Amino acid sequence: MTHVVVDPVTRIEGHLRIEAEVDGGQVQDAWSSSTMFRGIEIILKGRDPRDAWAFAQRICGVCTTVHAIASIRAVENAIGASPPPNARILRTIIMAAQCIQDHVVHFYHLHALDWVDIVSALSADPAKTSTLAQSISDWPLSSTQYFSGVKTRLKDFVDRGQLGPFANAYWGHPAYRLPPEANLMAVAHYLEALDWQREFIKIHAILGGKNPHLQSFLVGGMATPVDVNSQSALNMGTIDQLRALAAKGQDFVKRVYLPDVLAIASFYKEWAGYGSGVGNYMVYGDYAENDGRDAAPYFPSGIIRNRDLSKVLPLDPALITESIKHAWYDYSGGDDKALHPSQGETQPHYTGPPPPYERLDIAQKYSWLKSPRYAGDAMEVGPLARMLVAYGSGHQRARELVGTVLGQLKVGPEALFSTLGRVAARCIESVILAEKMDGWIGALADNMGSGDVRIHDNAKWEPSSWPKEAFGAGYHEAPRGALGHWVHIKDGVIANYQCIVPSTWNAGPRDQAGKRGPYEAALLHTPVAIPSQPLEILRTVHSFDPCMACGVHVVDVNRRELAHVRRP
Amino acid sequence: MSTDEGEGWLVGELKRRGVSRREFILFCAGIAGTFALPSSAATKIAAALGRAKKPILVWLEFQDCCGNSESFLRASAPTVGEVVLDLLSLDYHETLMAAAGHQAEEALENVVKSSKGEYIAIVEGSIPTGAGGGYCTIGGKSALSIAREVCGGAAATIAMGTCATYGGLPAAAPNPTGALGVADAVPGIKNLINLSACPANPANMVALISYYMTFKRWPEKDTVGRPLFAYGVTIHDACERRAHFDAGQYVEAWGDEGHRAGYCLAKMGCKGPVTHQNCPTVRWNEGTNWPIGCGHPCIGCAEPDFWDKMTPFYKHLPNIAGLGVSADIDTVGMWLAAGTAAAFGAHTVGKMVQTRLATREGPDTILPDAPSATREQGPKDGGRP
Repeated sequence: MTHVVVDPVTRIEGHLRIEAEVDGGQVQDAWSSSTMFRGIEIILKGRDPRDAWAFAQRICGVCTTVHAIASIRAVENAIGASPPPNARILRTIIMAAQCIQDHVVHFYHLHALDWVDIVSALSADPAKTSTLAQSISDWPLSSTQYFSGVKTRLKDFVDRGQLGPFANAYWGHPAYRLPPEANLMAVAHYLEALDWQREFIKIHAILGGKNPHLQSFLVGGMATPVDVNSQSALNMGTIDQLRALAAKGQDFVKRVYLPDVLAIASFYKEWAGYGSGVGNYMVYGDYAENDGRDAAPYFPSGIIRNRDLSKVLPLDPALITESIKHAWYDYSGGDDKALHPSQGETQPHYTGPPPPYERLDIAQKYSWLKSPRYAGDAMEVGPLARMLVAYGSGHQRARELVGTVLGQLKVGPEALFSTLGRVAARCIESVILAEKMDGWIGALADNMGSGDVRIHDNAKWEPSSWPKEAFGAGYHEAPRGALGHWVHIKDGVIANYQCIVPSTWNAGPRDQAGKRGPYEAALLHTPVAIPSQPLEILRTVHSFDPCMACGVHVVDVNRRELAHVRRP
Repeated sequence: MSTDEGEGWLVGELKRRGVSRREFILFCAGIAGTFALPSSAATKIAAALGRAKKPILVWLEFQDCCGNSESFLRASAPTVGEVVLDLLSLDYHETLMAAAGHQAEEALENVVKSSKGEYIAIVEGSIPTGAGGGYCTIGGKSALSIAREVCGGAAATIAMGTCATYGGLPAAAPNPTGALGVADAVPGIKNLINLSACPANPANMVALISYYMTFKRWPEKDTVGRPLFAYGVTIHDACERRAHFDAGQYVEAWGDEGHRAGYCLAKMGCKGPVTHQNCPTVRWNEGTNWPIGCGHPCIGCAEPDFWDKMTPFYKHLPNIAGLGVSADIDTVGMWLAAGTAAAFGAHTVGKMVQTRLATREGPDTILPDAPSATREQGPKDGGRP
């Protein structure tokens, strides 16, 4: 028996801590904790609902559009505002660009180092790397000379003796399976993706003024004027720029990201058998392609239970509750209550150990995340949930791509319910959205060209046009999953504001019935070859694309005193 | 001459920039001559240059949204890849680093112990003081203790973004966690500079880092610790829509004719006159655009306490008391258009918003004193006066 402490979990957003028991070379149990709280729901009370999107947006600077969108939708729902078609299409383009960029950056800059050993790349043969790259894609940056240049750059970097962010890591761990050539190819693409994301995200600067933290959202519409006859508004020049950037996006996703996922996954097929988790999936649905309350979302909504793809059940948001049994909050009705967010309470009350501490009290309250549940069950949200619901709902492109991926890897559909499944789904979703973008840009052009210059529901801007009291909900499928904001407006100001964020669903602690959250369930039976280097645990946690920072520490099942094992 | 093992990477680096190895060795021979050393010293000098360490940077995240780290990824000239691989050694950054857990903690401890007084610290996110530190812990340690230890031992610290500089969003009323900016959380901190905004502009980030690497000090700062090169001028004074303000041409409703013609956004709530940053000139995402440029007013995100002082965002700046006329923005605009604007310079704009006002629709809005765009007169640590 050995003890491993990993804290913080890096290459995520935010502060998340996981405790796990390791015995017999695998995780026997796990607890997930978020170790940071700001109180944005509290800060929003009493404020102008039209400002809320800017506050909420700063919940996250990685997914820097999602909370703004959920917020304006919630307030619009409450006050009865209807964004005109231009605004809906602009938001759609922004959302898709966010998702694509976010997924690519996640794969290369957050997740890849769990699968790619960059030290091994130093012994790669550039000619063989070129052969490998050209066998999986016609992407032009693939010559022997190109990979030789990347290898030299990497070697010079290492020779300087300061490894910077790559120092003191898990290079050489037996769980790394890629041959040196695949590692070198991945390093080259890591560097290319750094340049690509900077360029592609200009879509957001055009439509939102800047990224991160776009600044064109409005309750009731968007602030970017649209007018084909004005030089100070979005016009056909804008359409051309958007098209060019979207094309570069699709190019990289289909000719670099997708081939890399398939190539790398082929060496890690056993990861189709780890990280399964709760087996329940939830999608609010999003990407409506026309206006009106009943507009059908391009990614459909639905619930899948117990990994049964043959039945997609309808989603009823009234069945959502949050428990604080194992979270550092009080409910006025007591710890065993589970509240719907429209009646939600955020009363922080830290009862964890005073820092500095070695262990959390995992039998009691151990996280700043609440435990969202749907009809009492833990639900996984995210790209995998979306692709599964889409597949089960008969979405044609999702079915095609899932079939292609499963076929190339020669695995059955059960492989989807896994760590590997999440990686694949994230990529599949990126391909689908990248393919759709040109059409959505075209829809904007068509609408502009018809002379429609409306970008805002002006009649609903002033608080005098709102009901004296109103409740609203705003749903959005963020890159990491189902996002909901609930707002209660009274006398023109926010009386209550609640958010349930995708990573709350996925990373939340046990609930009042003791049911594990999705991370906690997914970590069960994850292999751990070297307890002091829990690379495999990182692989499963990262497959969820966490939006918080966490520390993982691992105890043995006999509950001996936790020892922090440090490297010699 | 033989290649000493230490100079290998440097020769490669120079070659990429068009300098041959021969030219480099001649350069080293020149140095040897300057110091009246024998010519054999040239190879030793070459090896020593090759062994020269990159300056070390550690990036800490506390109550953050990661927006500044994301913004840093958008840097160009130099790019983030160039900064991280070539220019500096980014020895700790939780969002990017390969190691996790103990290995990550060791990386940070290593820097703090063996490079004391030499490394640069960047802080992103505010630092909470409530709940005995329990509102933000990393590796079981409170954010406050980490900040004090790491920034306390740094050669210099950059507070990156409005949360780290002034407390930002977590510190907005009622500040549930007792959040502070770095200057207030680490009393006596040496060599702090504030790069505020939400998030900070990556062009300013890399310019500041380059400045420090070249001159080993910070550039001149304003009274709230921000570098003048990026925060010395109000948005209003550099705004491309200023002519419309001066001519009294305003957007009245979203999507109206004035909006489509790029008119001034003052009536829609623009806080440009009371906000300092170089957004109008440097813009965002390699000069692609900026908020006013896309059609939305400035929300004043570079200013201290902007979440409380610039809200409601869509409420326009107050009536201008103190000018001897009951002037609203229309009158001001027309007044300017009439050509009597001689005395109406930047400092007057700053003065005009020092008046506390009550509004009908929301809470009292106390607008900040616009820090004057002059040399730093406040405490040397860059903290707020």
